[in-house]
Amino acid sequence: MSNVLVLVDHTAGKVRKTTAELLTIARRLGEPVAVFIGDGVQEALPALGQYGATKVIALTNADLTQYLVAPKAEALQQVAAKVEPAAILIASSTEGKEVAARLAVKLDSGLITDAVDVVAGDGGPVTTQSVFAGNYTVQAKVTHGTPIITVKPNAATPEAAETSPEVEEFDVTISDAAKTARITESKPREATGRPELTEAAIIVSGGRGTGGDFGPIEAFADSLGAAVGASRAAVDSGWYPHAYQVGQTGKTVSPQLYVAAGISGAIQHRAGMQTSKTIVAVNKDEEAPIFELVDFGVVGDLHKVLPAATEEVTKRKA
Amino acid sequence: MKIVVCAKFVPDATADRRFRPEDSTVDRAGVDGLLSELDEYAVETALTVKEAGDAEVTILTVGPEQAADAVKKGLQMGADAGVHVLDDAIHGSDAVATSLILSKALAKLEADLVVFGMGSTDGGMGVVPAMVSERLGLPAVTLGSEVTVDGQTVRIRRDGDTASDTIEGTLPLVLSVSDQANEPRYPSFKGIMAAKKKPVETWSLADLEIAPDQVGGASAWTEVVEVTARPPRSAGTIVTDDNGSGASELVEFLSTNKFL
Ligand SMILES: Cc1cc2nc3c(=O)[nH]c(=O)nc-3n(C[C@H](O)[C@H](O)[C@H](O)COP(=O)(O)OP(=O)(O)OC[C@H]3O[C@@H](n4cnc5c(N)ncnc54)[C@H](O)[C@@H]3O)c2cc1C
Ligand SMILES: Cc1cc2nc3c(=O)[nH]c(=O)nc-3n(C[C@H](O)[C@H](O)[C@H](O)COP(=O)(O)OP(=O)(O)OC[C@H]3O[C@@H](n4cnc5c(N)ncnc54)[C@H](O)[C@@H]3O)c2cc1C
Repeated sequence: MSNVLVLVDHTAGKVRKTTAELLTIARRLGEPVAVFIGDGVQEALPALGQYGATKVIALTNADLTQYLVAPKAEALQQVAAKVEPAAILIASSTEGKEVAARLAVKLDSGLITDAVDVVAGDGGPVTTQSVFAGNYTVQAKVTHGTPIITVKPNAATPEAAETSPEVEEFDVTISDAAKTARITESKPREATGRPELTEAAIIVSGGRGTGGDFGPIEAFADSLGAAVGASRAAVDSGWYPHAYQVGQTGKTVSPQLYVAAGISGAIQHRAGMQTSKTIVAVNKDEEAPIFELVDFGVVGDLHKVLPAATEEVTKRKA
Repeated sequence: MKIVVCAKFVPDATADRRFRPEDSTVDRAGVDGLLSELDEYAVETALTVKEAGDAEVTILTVGPEQAADAVKKGLQMGADAGVHVLDDAIHGSDAVATSLILSKALAKLEADLVVFGMGSTDGGMGVVPAMVSERLGLPAVTLGSEVTVDGQTVRIRRDGDTASDTIEGTLPLVLSVSDQANEPRYPSFKGIMAAKKKPVETWSLADLEIAPDQVGGASAWTEVVEVTARPPRSAGTIVTDDNGSGASELVEFLSTNKFL
């Protein structure tokens, strides 16, 4: 069976959930070979084996982590030349997409971004994308070169398939040209203790209707074990950091449950949440367009409804 | 300094965007279009750099006849000149092909600083800047939420998922800016009048020494197999809060659907 490369998404060896999803998808297309860049491969090994990686190619060249995406694309090109994969799967993060973009040019290959599903087809992988604010679904395939596909979080349910992969160290040479943009400073974001927005099963988002007080949003989110999101109006007002923005220029999310409180439901917000499985809204305006999307809606003041609901949820869970 | 802003003409997101049934490409003629709103931030960045020093700003667009409107909007905002790459063979190009056309045009323009938006509002792949950087062999600093140009050094702040990074590169370089970077200006009346006299060149693929079969739908390396309109969501239950009833009913809904 042919190899399918999966670029591992991790922080110091802690593998992100998206990688388990990619490995699960890769098994539909061939034998998953994980490509691990940076330190911590031994720590990552159990997680990679759990989801069926048949081999782990480890790249530890320091240039790969000190500079931006260009060296990673160069490294993947060299791995691809050796492995001759049937497809290359990369997480649809901003970095993942740029690595994929450069790789597509280097390998003379077609690129599909933001797939929400990938299945095996006659002539290679067939992807599903959700486009135009989620109003259309597009099925597509790569017709030239090695299919390079970036896959969105939650595109597959991780399925375990225990293997004990070998680690193969791989030497790459990084050109000076790839080292021209550099990170001169990095300020880590403070951990919130909440699930990550793009991976969360439940998200509670607040908009302009919060009037700047995200207290009720956070409390309700915590009672449900949910992540917190925000509309652009809330972000632009400085009420919540941009990293939590949901929508066209923020994150696209597809949780089991999305709660929009004090959010009107503009097309650009919908673009980021329309494919959520269940949608709930709390809005004091019964004409708000968000109600067109909901499975359950409450017409009311979020400052009253959310605290009461939080109390009730906490009571029931106790 | 020569600054070129790559700006895309896109169908209006608030109009009824659709695909052409005959070849599953985006209907760019039958729907009102405009300069991709996210590219306005790129134009604004270029104009700010220009106002701080000595620079000439050119708007570059690849697209159908109507895409001239995108160039015009950039000129009205204050850019100096425009280039429109227009050729029937371009129709249906994918990202890889689009990046080839842009790269050839940028090389011809001898750009020192190339500015992109963070992603188009239609395809929205967010990959063209990285592809162009790769093709031109120029450094790329992307998704800047704050941009400073200091002599030959371009520095951005990028707010990522886990960290806020400062990233630096040296001109000539490719830059992309997010919608956090600035507040794009509206064209003034004077700007609108002045735009009419600004030079706009139209280039064909031949002008860029690109063979027609290198781009366009026929040679696209990705192929759309099927397009389906999303079925409308079925109407949900909507209740009006009356002294706490809304919260109880909400929690009941969450409980029934096993979210607790
Ligand atoms: C190129 C572009 C990209 C964009 N990208 C994004 C994006 O990524 N994400 C995004 O969200 N937006 C985005 N927008 C902006 C979008 O168009 C809307 O302006 C934005 O989503 C509005 O945010 P909102 O719903 O919080 O505010 P509003 O539209 O002002 O709605 C506030 C809502 O709160 C309700 N409300 C007020 N008080 C209360 C209360 N006490 N209790 C309950 N309800 C209350 C009101 O009835 C109203 O419906 C983008 C726009 C453009 C042009
Ligand atoms: C719904 C949809 C899905 C698509 N999926 C794919 C896919 O999976 N793979 C694929 O290869 N193609 C795909 N395409 C085609 C692709 O969008 C176009 O080829 C497009 O030219 C490049 O991608 P983008 O618009 O996403 O650009 P982005 O990478 O999102 O654009 C980033 C920036 O590049 C600049 N730019 C982009 N295009 C132009 C232009 N024509 N003129 C001037 N500047 C420009 C702008 O500054 C823009 O802000 C898709 C198109 C649509 C409408």
